[in-house]
Amino acid sequence: MLTFTLRRLFLMVPTLLVIALAIFLLLELSPGDPMSQLPLSIPEDVREGLRAALGLGDPWYVRFLRWLYLFAVVEPSHMLAAATGLDNLAIEGPRLISFQTRSPVADLIMQRLPQTLWVVGLSYLVGTLLALPIGIYSAYRQYGWFDQFGVLISMAGFSLPSFFTGPVLILVFSIWLGWFPTVYDTMLTVSDWSSFWLQVRQMILPVAVLSLLNLAQISRFVRASVLDNLGQDYVRTARAKGMTERVVLLVHVLRNSMIPVVTVIALGFPTVFTGAIITEQLFRVNGIGQLLITSIYASDVPTVMTLSVIFAALVVFFNLVADVLYGLLDPRIRYD
Amino acid sequence: MPPRGLASERNNHWLPHPYPGVGFTDLRPLLKETDKMSNSHLEKPTTAGIHASAPLFEVRDLETVIHTRSGTVHAVNSVSFEINAGETLGVVGESGSGKSVTMMSLIRLLASPPVELRGGQVLLGGEDLLKLDEGALRDLRGKKVGFVFQDPMTSLNPVFTVGFQLMEPLRQHLGMSRRGAHDRAVELLALVGIPDPARRVDEYPHQFSGGMRQRVMIAMALACDPAVLIADEPTTALDVTIQAQIIELMRELQSKLGMAVIWVTHDLNVVREIADRVLVMYAGQVIEHGPVDALFAQPAHPYTRALLATMPRAGGAKQERLRAIEGMPPILTEAPQSCAFRARCGHARARCAQELPRRQPLSNGHDVACHYPLREVAEHV
Repeated sequence: MLTFTLRRLFLMVPTLLVIALAIFLLLELSPGDPMSQLPLSIPEDVREGLRAALGLGDPWYVRFLRWLYLFAVVEPSHMLAAATGLDNLAIEGPRLISFQTRSPVADLIMQRLPQTLWVVGLSYLVGTLLALPIGIYSAYRQYGWFDQFGVLISMAGFSLPSFFTGPVLILVFSIWLGWFPTVYDTMLTVSDWSSFWLQVRQMILPVAVLSLLNLAQISRFVRASVLDNLGQDYVRTARAKGMTERVVLLVHVLRNSMIPVVTVIALGFPTVFTGAIITEQLFRVNGIGQLLITSIYASDVPTVMTLSVIFAALVVFFNLVADVLYGLLDPRIRYD
Repeated sequence: MPPRGLASERNNHWLPHPYPGVGFTDLRPLLKETDKMSNSHLEKPTTAGIHASAPLFEVRDLETVIHTRSGTVHAVNSVSFEINAGETLGVVGESGSGKSVTMMSLIRLLASPPVELRGGQVLLGGEDLLKLDEGALRDLRGKKVGFVFQDPMTSLNPVFTVGFQLMEPLRQHLGMSRRGAHDRAVELLALVGIPDPARRVDEYPHQFSGGMRQRVMIAMALACDPAVLIADEPTTALDVTIQAQIIELMRELQSKLGMAVIWVTHDLNVVREIADRVLVMYAGQVIEHGPVDALFAQPAHPYTRALLATMPRAGGAKQERLRAIEGMPPILTEAPQSCAFRARCGHARARCAQELPRRQPLSNGHDVACHYPLREVAEHV
């Protein structure tokens, strides 16, 4: 298993290089100009100068290799320096700069990441943790009232987009009932209990919207998997041995049902990083999703490129995680 | 605590309490010891007291129906039989004759709904299993009644080691420690003839062949030394040589441990080889029952006779074709009021369509549910 993991980690490098190149070429082909958002009064020759300053005059492979060097060598060295406090680790020279803000992309990401992790990460966690018991119980009491109700909720969760559920929740809980704020205040710093309480209150609505989506998806998946296993012969064997229903369900069936479910949960994990673009917009959470969308509007190639490649890396990495977990859960799968 | 029957008395002795379950090096002499013990002990309960008055395990007028969308199916209709310790009862019948449903009804293994146990009694040591609450029944499953299923490839949980699955009943029913149960699991694997049990106990089912898995299933069913072992087509999914090994193993284990065995099969050769008595089922009813020799020599029900005629025989002149009974057994959507076999029977007369034949004794221990039982000796033997 260790050899397998190491080999796969090593294979991630060429995979990501190809992905990065593909993204770069796609951005290259797409229309748009980093200067398009500048005021029209700026004359054409000044624009040319600005383009040259951003290095846009160079051939595409030079720009790609420059981005690669900055992304893979310079930025990590700065992060390492910041993490260890040893300033001489950081490589001197230009950094990976956002066209739009003229600040390093890494700094932008570090500014936006906490909001996204709190809101999107928490909703993924909440959705998953609720989905497991709900899915298991629905399957165990298939067609019971709980299951029927669960089907209704998850159909709603599936089919109602967040730009519908979000405003409905805002209308009911913020405007009519006045329980929660409508807008997420990113400037809020948690220093005492009252500010912590404010933070919790402003997180509830966006987390609820996103949890519903995750909950609907994962609970249906858990239910299907548990149902599939409840009909297996080994369940009858366990009952014939005199095992309690709790053991039958939570030991014999659950372990088998988790095999496909864990894969789905692991593969869904990278979406936490990209954030939820629509929900972040709705609640004015300036997270990664919002950064990505504004960068795309502004043709901010370095930022879009960096975010996309990090996302790709996370997808590839969590694929590996899913495979490893699969091997750990199912003894029939051995990779070496 | 529920009243304890003879099975639990035997339990206490067969389990290795004289040998605290730690530090075993060589298991073989030890196994022989325990075997002897159980054998010598076995004589007492079977000959004394209980046996003389009531059988160990008795089923009376069992009725099972299955509620489906298209109506109620009467899967088991007034099935009665009994069995004593050390005895083997063969249950035969073609697919759909209600054999498996009957067996699973005995310890209520079928999901309810859709299955409903409508009536009858299942008496084990004087206790009616159909009246037990869920908890008491669970204590009995795997402890007093062992179950071996048809397909060993799917009947074991693929993600747990064989040892874990063997230890479960030991820990649950006998309260053994993890260590003790582990050692006992190794012994059980040795008992069912699995080589190198100390290593194999920590392996997963997919590392075992079909025959070896069925041995594991048998070890699991016998883990708590049950009074009754129900084997539901235990050799059907195995190839013929493995089949013979499993049959041999079961025979050996029965003589060692002395449990009653109910062996469900549609293989008449197997029945002939292992059973003391045979129960022939058709449309969820017992249509003939008797000692194996008498039944094979003089099958009285036309169905039994037809069934025996389908047996292919090795050697001799080549027969023109394999014989079959034309048609299918009926699916009963209401309780039977007439002979269920009459549509396929060459001997059917008017009365067969009007009146349900009841089981009537023929000779010693041989009975048949037919208005016009056949008297002559069968030609095929």
